Amino acid sequence: MLPLIYLIGSVTFIIGLKMLSNPATARKGNAIAAGGMTLAILGTIFLYRHHGQGLHNYGWIMAGLLIGGVVGLVSARRVKMTAMPEMVSLFNGMGGACAALISIVEFEYMTAVIFTGAPVRMQLVIILAGMVIGAVSFAGSVIAWGKLNGRIKDISFKGQHIFNLVILAVILLLAVVVTAALPAVTVILFVVILLLSLLYGICFVLPIGGADMPVVISLLNSFTGVAAACGGFLYNNPVMLTGGILVGSAGTILTILMCKAMNRSLKNVLIGSFGSPKAAGGSREQGAYKEITLSDTAVIMAYARKVMIVPGYGLAVAQAQHACHELETLLEARGVEVKYAIHPVAGRMPGHMNVLLAEADVPYEKLLEMEQANGQFNTTDVVLVLGANDVVNPAAKTDPASPIYGMPILDVENARSVIVNKRSMKPGYAGIENDLFFQPKTSMLFGDAKQVLQQLVAEIVNSL
Amino acid sequence: MDAIFSFLQQHLEAVYIVILSIFLGVEVISRVPSVLHTPLMSGANAIHGVVIIGAIIVMGEAEADNYLALVLGFLAVILGTINVVGGFVVTDRMLEMFKSKKTK
Repeated sequence: MLPLIYLIGSVTFIIGLKMLSNPATARKGNAIAAGGMTLAILGTIFLYRHHGQGLHNYGWIMAGLLIGGVVGLVSARRVKMTAMPEMVSLFNGMGGACAALISIVEFEYMTAVIFTGAPVRMQLVIILAGMVIGAVSFAGSVIAWGKLNGRIKDISFKGQHIFNLVILAVILLLAVVVTAALPAVTVILFVVILLLSLLYGICFVLPIGGADMPVVISLLNSFTGVAAACGGFLYNNPVMLTGGILVGSAGTILTILMCKAMNRSLKNVLIGSFGSPKAAGGSREQGAYKEITLSDTAVIMAYARKVMIVPGYGLAVAQAQHACHELETLLEARGVEVKYAIHPVAGRMPGHMNVLLAEADVPYEKLLEMEQANGQFNTTDVVLVLGANDVVNPAAKTDPASPIYGMPILDVENARSVIVNKRSMKPGYAGIENDLFFQPKTSMLFGDAKQVLQQLVAEIVNSL
Repeated sequence: MDAIFSFLQQHLEAVYIVILSIFLGVEVISRVPSVLHTPLMSGANAIHGVVIIGAIIVMGEAEADNYLALVLGFLAVILGTINVVGGFVVTDRMLEMFKSKKTK
């Protein structure tokens, strides 16, 4: 019975993942995979037999499932749409930690009974692999979570990559030593490997700049998949194998696709730490920027023929999507054509803006993808940039020294005028200056995106 | 070398599953619109929550007097469940929004 359940589980994962890659079927795919997962979990609890023996400790298992289920459900329901990426990263970290814990317990069993023979050696290798990968994924995900919500700043120092490589080399070396030492089991070395893996996870993510965080999370996601597959080997469990490896390989491809969307190579992302001081895009003279008042902005927008809104992370942070939709409907009612230009990596994750704006009921047809939008800027009167920065930075096209050079951007400078709403002149997430702000066409409108939008709406309603 | 050979022999099926799954994963994902990258990542994140099954086995096989295994196994079950439940629910919430705008 159980093999059949596992087979069904594996098939639902494949179908689910396939359906998830198409907008029309995605939600159903997610539900199918969730159903298969439930089946596999229930099947394991009640039908699992090892040497003819079933599981015990049902009280503990149920309590764990209950606590985890409630915590997972509540945090997933409560999390704001803007904080989704962090949440995904944190959930991923939990999975990694789970894999690492399994390995630790299995290792502890090995210390209790002295085994000999070749199969045990391979088993130890798998236990070690599961622990190292799981721990790296856990520590890395927690750091990524902290960085996305601003709790942890970018830290990089000279020779960091070499330092990281050394840690990795030491981990591998110790793993070989531990494996070779069989049948003697060296607990201390095992603990050292665990600690070093956690350290590596931290050091691996710390120097990587914010703009690249989605790529890193996706990569850590596939790591956890591989760690889960290690568990599959350990228990000869086909559903863990398929699920884990599927995510491992699909996650790797997804990571590469994301890099492509930003026109960067994975190596570049991992080594060319964004936001390091030397990559600040040169300190050329910046000239002056000009500010615009709220009422002027209101007038310009209300009497424009076509307005293009470029949303960015600032909009997400300020939770301004509803205010933004309000402004859009108001302008449309006055006969202004309003569109949204969505850069593939606007916000912190691909698709982040689409999700946010959809939440505020912005119609699907109003969201233009980058290529469409770029074809329309020259017929646009006003571009309103809401808390976006790097995705409209012309340095990506003009300055080969810039860390974002080569990334496709929204060509907002082709529009008649550009109004940029930001909280301050601080550089964006990639930590580089933006020449756009100093161009004669551009005016700056400082303030929190939500407040500014609400004031704009009030201004248009009351005085125009 | 011997270790690897005997391992391969014992786990031949598993090795086949791994190799085929690698190609399957690549094939299944190859053409995704960038809009779906985040939900897809989140969905994949929920799927690797299968690691919970390992946690349940560890927990269920722990002897009553092995406190380390009990505590760590319990923790693993909790964390794994958070990964599974949270992962699927978050993905569903993201995709819900896609749907609401499609029906417009």
